[in-house]
Amino acid sequence: MNEIPTREIFGHLPLWAQLVFYAVSALALAVFVYGFWRRLEKYRRGRFVNRFDNLGQRIMGAAKTIGENRTLFHRDAYAGVSHFLIFWGFIFLFIGTVIVFVDHDVLRLAGWKLLQGSFYLWFSVVLDVWGILFLAGLGMMSARRLVFTLPQLDYQRPDSRGGKVDRSGYVRDDHTFLGLLFFIGVTGFLIEGFRIAEQMPAFERWSPVGWLIAKGVNRLGLQPDVVGLHVSTWWIHAIVVMAFIAYVPYSKAMHMLTDMANLLFKDEMAARRLPAPPEKSDKAGYHAITDFTWKELLDLDACTKCGRCHVACPANAAGTTLSPRDLILDLRTYADATFRTSEWFQQRFASDSSWPHGGNGKIDVAQQVIRPETLWSCTTCMACIEACPVGIEHLTHIVQMRRNLVDAGTLDSNLQDALVNLGEYGNSFGQSPKTRGKWTQKLSFKVKDARKEPVEYVWFVGDFASFDPRLQRITCAVAEVLYRAGVDFGILYDGEKNSGNDVRRVGEEGLFEMLAEDNIKMLRKARFREIFTTDPHTLNTLRNEYGELGGNYVIHHYTGLLAKLIDQGKLRFNKKLNYQVTYHDPCYLARYNRETDAPRNLMRELGLHLREMPRCRENTFCCGAGGGRVWMDTSNEKERASEQRIREALGVGDVRYFVTACPKDYTMYTDAVKTSGNEGKIEVKDLIELVAEAMS
Amino acid sequence: MNFVVPIKQVPDLVEELELNEEGTDLSRDTVKYKINEFDDQALEEALQLKAEIGGAVTVLALDGEETDKMLFTAIAKGADRGIKLMGDFAGGVAMHAAAKAMAGAIAAIPYDLILTGVQAVDDRDGQLGALLAGYLGVPQVSVVTGVRVESGKAVVRKEYSGGVMAEFEVDLPAVLGIQAAREIPRYVAVSRVRQVMKSATLEEVEVHNAAGDEGSSVRRMMKPPKGSRAQMIQGSPEEIADKVIDLLKAKGLKK
Amino acid sequence: MSQDVYVVAEHFKGKLVEVTFELLGKGRELADARGENLIALLFGHGVKNLGAELGAADRVIVVEHPQLESFNPEAYSAALVEVVKTKRPAVTLVANSSMGMDLAASLSVGANLPLVAYAVDVKWEDGSLLATSQLYGGKLYVESQFVGAGVVVSLLAGASPADKGRTTRGLPQVEDFATPPLGGPKVRFKQLIEPEGGDVDITTQDVLVSVGRGIQSADNLPLVQALAEAVGGALASSRPIVDSKWLPRTRQVGKSGVKVKPKLYLAVGISGAPEHIEGMKDAELIIAINSDPNAPIFDYAHYGVVGDLFDIVPVLTERVKS
Repeated sequence: MNEIPTREIFGHLPLWAQLVFYAVSALALAVFVYGFWRRLEKYRRGRFVNRFDNLGQRIMGAAKTIGENRTLFHRDAYAGVSHFLIFWGFIFLFIGTVIVFVDHDVLRLAGWKLLQGSFYLWFSVVLDVWGILFLAGLGMMSARRLVFTLPQLDYQRPDSRGGKVDRSGYVRDDHTFLGLLFFIGVTGFLIEGFRIAEQMPAFERWSPVGWLIAKGVNRLGLQPDVVGLHVSTWWIHAIVVMAFIAYVPYSKAMHMLTDMANLLFKDEMAARRLPAPPEKSDKAGYHAITDFTWKELLDLDACTKCGRCHVACPANAAGTTLSPRDLILDLRTYADATFRTSEWFQQRFASDSSWPHGGNGKIDVAQQVIRPETLWSCTTCMACIEACPVGIEHLTHIVQMRRNLVDAGTLDSNLQDALVNLGEYGNSFGQSPKTRGKWTQKLSFKVKDARKEPVEYVWFVGDFASFDPRLQRITCAVAEVLYRAGVDFGILYDGEKNSGNDVRRVGEEGLFEMLAEDNIKMLRKARFREIFTTDPHTLNTLRNEYGELGGNYVIHHYTGLLAKLIDQGKLRFNKKLNYQVTYHDPCYLARYNRETDAPRNLMRELGLHLREMPRCRENTFCCGAGGGRVWMDTSNEKERASEQRIREALGVGDVRYFVTACPKDYTMYTDAVKTSGNEGKIEVKDLIELVAEAMS
Repeated sequence: MNFVVPIKQVPDLVEELELNEEGTDLSRDTVKYKINEFDDQALEEALQLKAEIGGAVTVLALDGEETDKMLFTAIAKGADRGIKLMGDFAGGVAMHAAAKAMAGAIAAIPYDLILTGVQAVDDRDGQLGALLAGYLGVPQVSVVTGVRVESGKAVVRKEYSGGVMAEFEVDLPAVLGIQAAREIPRYVAVSRVRQVMKSATLEEVEVHNAAGDEGSSVRRMMKPPKGSRAQMIQGSPEEIADKVIDLLKAKGLKK
Repeated sequence: MSQDVYVVAEHFKGKLVEVTFELLGKGRELADARGENLIALLFGHGVKNLGAELGAADRVIVVEHPQLESFNPEAYSAALVEVVKTKRPAVTLVANSSMGMDLAASLSVGANLPLVAYAVDVKWEDGSLLATSQLYGGKLYVESQFVGAGVVVSLLAGASPADKGRTTRGLPQVEDFATPPLGGPKVRFKQLIEPEGGDVDITTQDVLVSVGRGIQSADNLPLVQALAEAVGGALASSRPIVDSKWLPRTRQVGKSGVKVKPKLYLAVGISGAPEHIEGMKDAELIIAINSDPNAPIFDYAHYGVVGDLFDIVPVLTERVKS
């Protein structure tokens, strides 16, 4: 007789047992649905934000990101491979189970059967292969947790609450999740093995893993017991699977669903364009957990504690109390306490902790849940958002809470001085606006006043480039280079004010609007085609944020403009520079605005030999000055990010210059070279200085 | 408790001060004004006292270029009432005249403790606090850095030089010239000020500018005579350091 | 109405304060120019013996009362107003000090006399008085003329050399003035509060390295501290640093801090507000480092460096050490 390859579902199980199985399944599903519903209820308590635009595009984008596990490979290929195997393994096994269910519980009623013949054979081999890969992925992940000591998986908190917070729940969560999946995978194979071992049908060679196990079982002489083993293993497997289903919405396993949603609803412009404050609110920024949008509440649940943000964050590296991971996790614990959707595996705060235990929703998130010092430590470098594989928008949370702090006046006195100066004079230096264009007096020519005569380019100079005596030399170099290249440009002189990029990131929204409106008004008076700036911060807000206030411009960073001039043959160099250099990508240029090629092309044209630091392009580090940090007292930093970066640069080998293309970088790194005692070993240069040298 | 804080605009020293053609006054149309920094301290102390013991804070100022913004900012910071004293106060106003006008307006409202800045950059004819107290006939203490209110009396600390302070008990009502508040004057978000500008209104009171009563007038203003200007040391940081060390050696401060 | 020149002698803890002699010196000039008398006014309780030190004056008028034992704005003003109303001097000179600020304005209102404050000079010109005030944070000098006679001028410390006020013309005649009603008392002196001890006494240091706003942030203080240690001195500061609570109040140099006369005063990032200058201008050697070439500190320093303190201070520290 020609055997038709197939297998019996519920083999050796009497009807009553099958009924018990269905009952347990129903119960597990009910527990799952309840947990899932509680989560949805939580998100429904959040403020509305429209993330349902461009749905088609969103779905395509999210499907691609998720399918490829793209964001997981980023910065950590090992984790990427492991997750890819688990992810697709899980999906294949899940689909396999669904096919079994459909075949047995739906098609069978109509007298059809799918799982037979060649389909059954292909089904068997595919599932066995993915089952093994699934286990391999889990093994790799377990090694990561148990063998490697990775800083991103260390749940030690950087703040002083360390001793007060019990995070063993997180570790149990991680281990339970991995353990359950592993157990389910292994018992699945065992069931298969025992089933095959009973009769050893030749076609079951198509289930290679099951076949091997079956042979092993028989070699061990267990053949007489396989029916009993099969039944008991089947029950264990079935119960654990059902337990797993019930467990999903109360644990880390929920990330399978929240992260898909989070990636689907994420804001591609997050951090680049901060949200305007809600129109009808009389309070500035976030005070209660209900001030958060549903997407932000979803952010909190999306976190898998992978720690990529934790290790990418310059504030954390500098030894401040901020860790983007802990910020999200604290908010999650608080949100769950408030909405009573507690997970099984939480961090626990000691009863003497000043942090609210029950979380009645009345306490101030920016003052008590996350503390002011922590919020002020952020440099808004966007490394956390860039590093996060699941689309969490940490920075928006931080800025929204900072808005609360600014409104309450909880800010350090240096920052306060800077803001007062910005309001009073339009610059943080407290200098008379009339002296803004004074640097031009050192030039060999007169810079046009764009308010008075038409120009091709308006140069939005920015505060630091205008007023900082150390930077004026560089600003002048830019002017001279462009003048020699015959670029028709002008500046706004005392009509220009601080662009407000960092003012907005400090959380002083009203002042940002004031500055932006004044600048837009002034730009309206000028006749020009496009704008350029040397300051990536200015670039960001003019390009991404002024639009909402009525200012739509084409704006270039000067490196882009110079690259264009080279293409047009307007910029020529008299010599090749032949220096070994390394290049620090400014956060606001590389991460915020994805401009990493122009400066590199420029360096190539100059004949420079670029030796990249380990963290480069979008993965660049940070100088520590952004987000208003440059105006704050930074004595809570143990080793400044800028000094760490200089160390990194020295580590790439023999480089003469540390090249940047941002005024704040120049001052921060010049200081860092001195304060880290590396004078004479490396010198900080703005790219324009090298351009000028090559032209001389 | 009723706190009254007279505040005043002064020329902003960040801007170059230009003189008029006669050299008798600033060229007023080029002057940028801002709140007197000590008045900001007085306002902060008043707001701190209000938070501590309760009461209402009234700010008042003579009408001028920056007055509305100044008063609205004070309200945004937590003051309850803003009064603008209307009269001919364009340009600089003598402190005697200012004190008289303010005394008249304050006498018409309830007041227990008047806190104002200890001095201003342009109070040529005397500090406002003591003059105001004189016209109101109430006691005053100036150069105050600490204020408590205990059983209806103010206990204040007056700063002498050398970090020594004298503590006085003062019956109310009284005027205090505030040198420094207990905390750095608070920051107020721009959006709050904008909101206040939309929702709050300033009371206006007509007052008389008793100009000339101060009995003195400005004959001339000028840049201060340059003193024995420092000899400038130039060069690289290393060269500068060596020259400074030479000076120390010459002084016997370094071998 | 007399043509005499009156000077309010300021004393503290039983001693005459330096500025009193500066006032006497200036008063002497004014009196001599017109051949009139210089009268010193002394208010207090058991202070008559101080009269002997006021030899630069022709006479000393003393008002004694227990209520005047310690300085009291109300009682002192009442006494001063009464004396001036009775004697009607041509000029009354008061120090523009913490005590003097209370007195001068109260006298101006109480006796209805013109007042000019912040004077750095006062002189006769064509028969009338001319006072020069230092205003606008020291950026402008303002000359005031007076309407009528009988004026009050409050003089900034350092406006006139104290030596002249110390030269005595013999023991002055001491005259008691019947104690007028002193009011209230609505203002009652309670106690003196000394600054907390334990900290370095910067007035006794030979070398002071003093920091101002230019330091930008508290985390830059160690940079300057290191320099202070290298040159064997102490760290001092201007007012903003103390107000920001970066350094204790005992380190503050200036009008409301202490006056210092070290051998070396190294001013780092201090622009030189008049209130600060008052406390350090008598140092033997003043070297200033500031990024603003127009900073007033350079008008008082002997040597100046225009530059970034963050560039210069570490190098200087390093070179001093080696």
